[in-house]
Amino acid sequence: MKPEYKIISDLIEKDAKVLDVGCDDGTLMEFLKTNKNVNIRGIEISKEKVQTCIAKGLTVIEGNAEFDLKQFPNDSFEYVVLGQTLQAFINPETVIKELLRIGNKAIVTIPNFGHWKVRLDLLLKGTMPITNSLPHDWYNTPNIHMCTIKDFVGFSKIINFKIFKSLALINENVSDINHSNLIFKNLFGELGIFLIEK
Amino acid sequence: MNLKQNIKTLIVKKPLKLDCGQTISNFPLAYETYGSLNNEKDNAILVFHALTGDQFVTGINPVTKKDGWWSYAVGSGKSIDTDKYFVICANVIGGCMGSFGPSHENPMTKKIYGTDFPVITINDMVNAQINLLDFFGIKKLFSVAGGSMGGMQVLQFISNYPDKAKTAIPIACTSSHSAQNIAFNELGRQAIAADHNWSDGNYNSKNIVPDKGLAVARMAAHITYLSKKGLQEKFGRKLQERDDLKFGFDADFQIESYLRYQGSVFVDRFDANSYLYITRAMDYFDLVKQFNGNLSDAFKDTKAKFFIISFTSDWLYPTQENKDIVIALNAVGANVGFVEIESDKGHDSFLLNVPNFLKALKNFLDKSYAEKHS
Repeated sequence: MKPEYKIISDLIEKDAKVLDVGCDDGTLMEFLKTNKNVNIRGIEISKEKVQTCIAKGLTVIEGNAEFDLKQFPNDSFEYVVLGQTLQAFINPETVIKELLRIGNKAIVTIPNFGHWKVRLDLLLKGTMPITNSLPHDWYNTPNIHMCTIKDFVGFSKIINFKIFKSLALINENVSDINHSNLIFKNLFGELGIFLIEK
Repeated sequence: MNLKQNIKTLIVKKPLKLDCGQTISNFPLAYETYGSLNNEKDNAILVFHALTGDQFVTGINPVTKKDGWWSYAVGSGKSIDTDKYFVICANVIGGCMGSFGPSHENPMTKKIYGTDFPVITINDMVNAQINLLDFFGIKKLFSVAGGSMGGMQVLQFISNYPDKAKTAIPIACTSSHSAQNIAFNELGRQAIAADHNWSDGNYNSKNIVPDKGLAVARMAAHITYLSKKGLQEKFGRKLQERDDLKFGFDADFQIESYLRYQGSVFVDRFDANSYLYITRAMDYFDLVKQFNGNLSDAFKDTKAKFFIISFTSDWLYPTQENKDIVIALNAVGANVGFVEIESDKGHDSFLLNVPNFLKALKNFLDKSYAEKHS
């Protein structure tokens, strides 16, 4: 299980209605069901993974979040979770706005492109960085809109959403990101986890 | 016709007001069951059949002596596991496997109804079948399931009886028959009407059958159940028991021979007037219009857990039309899952051995059943 699942779970209140966008094989959904007794739905693009979710008894809709989020009415969920996929969308701005339209709150996690290993990789090798969390080559990566923790914070001001809580994951340890440590967290955080609101 | 003695029939005493305005009562509803109803009476699944199906879902159909239409999906250890669930299926009214239909005698005139039979709708079919719940003493079904016209009945059932089923599985269907759907059905009806034997629907009194017309109707419909790719792979331009073209109009190609065969076996088991009535019911089906343009309203009172399934190569009821149902359900916050199954077998995929479909169906049912028993 990914280390951030525990952190995401801690951000969600018990019995809430939750949508997991890009729910993968349903691991997080199951975890949230067990731990928080949430009423959870998922949307997933891969047919194979949808099958895995069905086999786990999870309610999942096969679909492409880029286009299929519009079917959900305003405020139909208390939380909408988007785990490490924002960078794969053609239009991340629309996606964030959709998350906040259908959910009261959204939890967005991003692999941090500002991490020192990424920076060093590019600096020393002069080729597109390949790391554990970013294992693809430039020509076959689904990640077309990579951003850094700092970028995401800036994004909140550009497209106007509130960051309610921001956390960085460093060696499986979680810590708060604030104004004064942003530069540091942006260098060492492997993952940024944001609880956002309209 | 003695074979039809094997048919179980419920005589529905309660009057049923049809959409056309007529009221019927004391009418026969033929049904079959598989598996056994548990003590809690909470393991029943009502399966709805498609256009040319009947109540004989699985095993050997005692009338046609062929495998039941959903033998791949229903049976011991299968997706709809008869070791676990009590499966009920009724022949739709308007049909020709024992339920009240156009080949029955009109008690007033003592003549076979033919086209004097009232036009029935999907709504009427479902309202007739609800009587089976009382008959078996079932308060709430574990599931309602069906593909194609069976799926339409699932949607109509939930809309009419929102608290009568725990789960609902509409497969490869639509909430409203499209112009193309109506067009193909009309083609079939006109083929029947063009057969001189049809005699404006009175062929029974003359002891003849419009078998040529019905066979053509079946051939045309059969093409719509398959995909272009599926047909190409199975038949291509292969010739039928000959080495070269014969420069005539016999079945040179295997696909021709196949369709002719499909047509010829169909007329042995199906009534031409029933074909007219049931296709008409499908064409009249428009759940969107029933709810004044807002399909969501059809489902606003239900707590049923939905699982909607479509197939990539189904061009008769394409994925988008199935997705429209998902969208309508999401709009009212219903519990709905959806998967599109990869298959080149066309609309017929739901009747065939498509492992990913059968797996999804099984998992959904078994997990949902375990949920309510945990």
